[in-house]
Amino acid sequence: MPRELRRKTPEELLREVQSEENSSDGARLKIFLGYASGVGKSFRMFAEARRRRERGQDVVVGAVQPRMSSDVAELLGDLELIPQITVGGETAIDLNAVIRRRPSVCVIDGLAYDNPPGFRNPTRWEDVGEMLHAGISVITSINIQYVAELRELIESVTGKRVIPTVPVSFILSADEIEIVDAPPEEPMERSPEQQMNAVKREQRLSRLREMALVLAADVVDHQLTEYLQRHGIEQHFGTNERVMVCITPRANVHEMVETARSIAEKFHGELIGAYVHQPNISTNDQAALDEKLAMARSAGASIEILHGEDPVDALLDFARSRGVTQLFIGHSQRSGLWARLLGNPVDKIIHKSRGMDVRVFPQ
Amino acid sequence: MAEQRTGKLKIFMGYAAGVGKTYQMLEEAQELKALGVDVVVGYFEPHGRKDTIARMEGLELIPRKNVEYRGSVFEEMNTDAIIERKPAVCVVDEFPHTNVPGSPRLKRWEDVQSLLESGIDVLTTMNIQHLESLNDQVWQITGIRVRETIPDWVVQRADQVVMVDVTPRALLNRLERGVVYGREKAERALQNFFRESTLVALREMALRQTAHEVEHRSAGDTADGWAGHGAYGRPGAHHKILILVTADPETAMLIRRAKRVGDFLDAEVFAVTVQSGGLAALAEMERESVERHLNFARNLHIETRVLEADDLAATLVDFARRNQITQIFLARPRERDWRSLFGRDLIQRVVGLARDMQVVIVSEREMVEY
Repeated sequence: MPRELRRKTPEELLREVQSEENSSDGARLKIFLGYASGVGKSFRMFAEARRRRERGQDVVVGAVQPRMSSDVAELLGDLELIPQITVGGETAIDLNAVIRRRPSVCVIDGLAYDNPPGFRNPTRWEDVGEMLHAGISVITSINIQYVAELRELIESVTGKRVIPTVPVSFILSADEIEIVDAPPEEPMERSPEQQMNAVKREQRLSRLREMALVLAADVVDHQLTEYLQRHGIEQHFGTNERVMVCITPRANVHEMVETARSIAEKFHGELIGAYVHQPNISTNDQAALDEKLAMARSAGASIEILHGEDPVDALLDFARSRGVTQLFIGHSQRSGLWARLLGNPVDKIIHKSRGMDVRVFPQ
Repeated sequence: MAEQRTGKLKIFMGYAAGVGKTYQMLEEAQELKALGVDVVVGYFEPHGRKDTIARMEGLELIPRKNVEYRGSVFEEMNTDAIIERKPAVCVVDEFPHTNVPGSPRLKRWEDVQSLLESGIDVLTTMNIQHLESLNDQVWQITGIRVRETIPDWVVQRADQVVMVDVTPRALLNRLERGVVYGREKAERALQNFFRESTLVALREMALRQTAHEVEHRSAGDTADGWAGHGAYGRPGAHHKILILVTADPETAMLIRRAKRVGDFLDAEVFAVTVQSGGLAALAEMERESVERHLNFARNLHIETRVLEADDLAATLVDFARRNQITQIFLARPRERDWRSLFGRDLIQRVVGLARDMQVVIVSEREMVEY
């Protein structure tokens, strides 16, 4: 999972909420996300555009796809179209015309386009950003294959180079996202070789479909976090698994991190490594600790160094604030540094960790 | 007679009433019919929604069966009549439904199994909150204990799971306009399941579950080398999970959670109870609880065993070691039991003895407070 999709700190969220309140006069961005062309994004989007117009909203269409299926063309019908500008075979939204027209909603079919040279913004998503800034709501469609941060993954799945892309931060900024899901067509029975290719194609599409579902879930998780923050709810819903590994110099971090990584990946969850700062630890312990933190980091964990008089409280307060669902600890901690300080930290952690699972690892 | 082909199952997954599951399912049925496929509707719940009812036009409906129970007549799907009619595809709304007592099968998903076994393909609908392994989490989020659940293995065996998505805002709009429910029902629905934050959370769970179902179906895909990214765990690492079943009410939650983790890790899951004189020696109430929990585990396709021994911790760990268990799952004692020392002593002893295994202490989820 790209780092940008990770959970944000409350400060970051607050900043975002504030900037949102300042900039937009109720203009909303809605994205229809699909995993391939032909799953029906355009159809769903234009159907919504029509419904909105029937409910009395002032809807215009700012961009259509160069090729359109007949049912989409039919839906488009008499919706007001602001003609695109074509330069050397490439098209761009007529941004000035849209902003002059000031509709309440503008429909942009296909968000991932680069503008031809000479336009104010190099990309279409920046045009959309400008419309939102001008107070115009936008509904738009995008294929998962054009998300910038997923590019390497997508290229390894499809074997194709992806040129125009949209940054995931823009997708995360959407007020609403809707996934257009449909399983890939089943391969028809053909010659063994065709059948092979068809099966491979289906597998590739399934990977893309999975990615699209997870991206949509991450956007939704982001919205949920914001919602809870805005309403001052400190508790977490646990809709996303968050695994936190408690790191100490003596812990068997290798097995903990491996298991945590595999669980976080399987659940499409988040991985955190946490260490409670201890003053005056030996050089040997410091070296062991550094190595263990590096190991967790390379497994994709975000690392948190915590401070607090009581290590157990520091760990659990932090885990609770981040909505951790699974806490990983090593049980040699009873004979190590902590035990000298605290007696039996395993017992204490289990006692205090209401609402999350604790996984105790052998050493 | 030629061997019967098993029918294919497709589930339209949603996160609330009104997202459009039935509509999308009927749309697909209409498309199949237009292609000349023999489609019937085995069960359809109109909920008074006009545009959904319109999608039924021209589809053959198999009349429901009357079942008498305590002097009243209830209508249920007529599974036998559908099997006799033998269509290629049958549409069955509301997969998690529980039949009225006296019906041949307790659950609609069992009726659907019969249809599939008869070689009939089935299209059906369900909401995420009915998935057994998410029951505790759904309760945590909504405050509602969903009774009509579907074991995860039933969903895992479906050939396809499709997410029917609509944003909570659009759903709430529909609700306000009265499209989804009747007016008075809408009022009540708005207060629990339909609170916006609840909808957002359920929707996230549905998206993640569908992603998992998609991944589960394309597992074993190593042809393009990309699966390396998804090669979870160490190669050859084989997980085996053991659950300790007791009479304590937390056991149901423990079983659900352990099974869910097991399913995601492709682990085998076992459940044992340790009783010094076997089940027969237990007081009636306690025995019933233990038996209910063992039954519950078996319904989720977990192998169970009753061990007769005095020393609970030692017996559990010994059984685990002899069966190459890698993870032991225990329930966290309730707050009021914490001081009794029995529960925490058990955890301490198991952790101390199982020095070669992971021990997972599962906690009950806490209700979200507004």
